[in-house]
Amino acid sequence: MTAGTANWSFTQDDFTAITESLKRFLGETKSHCALLVDRSGQLVTTVGNAPGLDTTTFASLTAADYSANDQLAKLVGENDFSSLFHQGEKDSIYVADIARRLLLVIIFDSRTTVGLVRLRIKDEVQELTLLIDRVFSRGRDGAAPTGHLLDGADDEIDKLFNW
Amino acid sequence: MINYASREINCKIVYYGPGLGGKTTNLEHVYGKVKPETRGKLISLATETERTLFFDFLPVDLGTIRGFKTRFHLYTVPGQVYYNASRKLILKNVDGIVFVGDSQAERMEANLESMQNLYDNMAEYGYDLTQMPFVIQYNKRDLPNAAPIEDLQAALNPGWEVEDATKHRVQPDPYHAGQNLVEQVAGGEWVEKAPYFEAIAVNGDGVFDTLKAVSKLVLKALA
Repeated sequence: MTAGTANWSFTQDDFTAITESLKRFLGETKSHCALLVDRSGQLVTTVGNAPGLDTTTFASLTAADYSANDQLAKLVGENDFSSLFHQGEKDSIYVADIARRLLLVIIFDSRTTVGLVRLRIKDEVQELTLLIDRVFSRGRDGAAPTGHLLDGADDEIDKLFNW
Repeated sequence: MINYASREINCKIVYYGPGLGGKTTNLEHVYGKVKPETRGKLISLATETERTLFFDFLPVDLGTIRGFKTRFHLYTVPGQVYYNASRKLILKNVDGIVFVGDSQAERMEANLESMQNLYDNMAEYGYDLTQMPFVIQYNKRDLPNAAPIEDLQAALNPGWEVEDATKHRVQPDPYHAGQNLVEQVAGGEWVEKAPYFEAIAVNGDGVFDTLKAVSKLVLKALA
């Protein structure tokens, strides 16, 4: 256990439930890609199509962007800005907070409108919040398998560094 | 973060330290040396004069453990005092820290200020630096005005008291023969120090030793 840092894990069931929910959202809003990113900038999952997108870099920059905006909110006396919208000529992105743990990033183009995305994302955020809360409450109960995966893996870890 | 669905272990390592100490140079060397298929792009959010404004970011795949791909996300922070707000943001959910100190004697004050700032920013998130993977790199060892290692150690890595009695046993420093990471000092208390490395990041000396040490500590902390 790493002291003080986020330590949590997804199971296959969590992943399936999150993916299904995001697929439904993409269909309803005609958006082309959804990314779920944790607040430290690590990509949890991608659903839909974004050809050529460097998702690792995208996730890292999204988290930094959101964190910077979070601080801007505080400077003007707000608790947070619950969502961000960046408009492009063809593609735009909409970022929403999930339970202060994750970020939902939607990439969409002119086949839909920011109004529709904004309208539907509220329900999607609620649904994902329930799913994510389940992941974290299980983590707190100690039932998540995180702690066991690397038990006794010292030799394997050492071998990784035989460069 | 362990993702069972994509079978990945993702860890975040932050290079911290005073301005112009060589944090970005460390990442640039790693980027230049690892195989292109095991690393992503090196992203730098820097000013026009190449001073880090927000952060540098480099994802590196180390290999596979128990069928899980281990991916390390390396970040640097802006060293300049002025950028504390953005520096603090990068520490969020960090798994391991490398403090890159500048060995030049006249940078001692800047080193101390940055180390204090690291402790303060970590404490604001509720993280205890003494309880997590943490290594120190003394960079620029080749410069004629580099301070002796003993002086740098005394100032920046004096050690912290080990309160947990089960850890009161001598732990040799695997990287420096004859030195210990945990030992009992003259006053009777047990003290632990962070592992340290000497480096000349601009040539690559010590860069991978530092990265290996902190990565190993991070993975062992998960185990």
